[in-house]
Amino acid sequence: MNLLSDPVGVSHYLVVGALLFTTGVVCMVVKRNALGVLMGIELVLNGANVNFVAFGSPVLRGEQASLLGLDGQAMALFVILLAAAEAAVALAITLNFYNNHATVDVDRADDLKG
Amino acid sequence: MMQALVATHTLLAAGSPGINWHGFFFLLFALLACGLALAVVLADNVVRMAFYLVLSLGATAGLFFLAGAEFVGAMQLMIYVGGTLVLLIFGVMLTAQEPFVAIRTSTRDKVLAGVVGGALLAVLLQAALTGPAWSGHTAVDASAGVSQPTATPLGMALVGVRVDGDVASGQPSPVDGQVRSGYLLPFEIVSVHLLVVLVGAAYLARTKRRKSSASVRDEALTGVVR
Repeated sequence: MNLLSDPVGVSHYLVVGALLFTTGVVCMVVKRNALGVLMGIELVLNGANVNFVAFGSPVLRGEQASLLGLDGQAMALFVILLAAAEAAVALAITLNFYNNHATVDVDRADDLKG
Repeated sequence: MMQALVATHTLLAAGSPGINWHGFFFLLFALLACGLALAVVLADNVVRMAFYLVLSLGATAGLFFLAGAEFVGAMQLMIYVGGTLVLLIFGVMLTAQEPFVAIRTSTRDKVLAGVVGGALLAVLLQAALTGPAWSGHTAVDASAGVSQPTATPLGMALVGVRVDGDVASGQPSPVDGQVRSGYLLPFEIVSVHLLVVLVGAAYLARTKRRKSSASVRDEALTGVVR
């Protein structure tokens, strides 16, 4: 399977999406900075977006040339918009947490621990 | 030596009509996106993480352009890279006090996360590479891959009219004969959702009014507890 001469297929995009998703999940789990967790979420949403666009693409190689058609791209647009909204709220919560606790370390956010 | 040169030459001659530039740029952007995403995970400094994330999302926009989704790619650049990440970087700047710029994770957690991430990646890769519906080898003609511009169909779909097979007019799609509905209702829901979320975020992040020291002293003197 030669990447430079074969036409690019849907599965190539799926591999990229899987890598982005996995790095995002690992980033969410590993980072102790609240903003780092937020960046992990962005990476996960981006990986999902790559899959949506790949399935909706008219030019990629696949059994059925377009599995989702325009729907995939519309879904990707909605995901981008919701990611923007989510980032705004999460950032506001982070700033609030920083104002109240003077830290952004998520391990210190244990006020509700029983 | 000579034979190897000849072999290389014949290989090049055979492959020269299709050094597939689509594949080349796909490889370039894919490596950039994945490598920089890995850099986000591996970096400790939160400012560097934000920078790598900007570049990774930009490379993903390049992938979208390559897949023929140029409107989504442009939106990715404008909303994600231009909006969301500027917001994120403002957050980094507002909270980047010296002890929080680089919070280290314990090695045990890192190893555990690596194992879990590796398992997840194995499952996802297996699904990506073996799915019968998308790992097929029927090549779409690359020259036919010059796709239609998608901005107009997407915009029409967002206001409720599908160019490719509309429910309202009963016109089936010329491609596969299906009728589809537009996205007017989801579009409205997302719009209101965005408005509510931004108002809520502004409310959450507002500066609280501090009690002045004079009022605290007055309360202490008069014994008024608010």
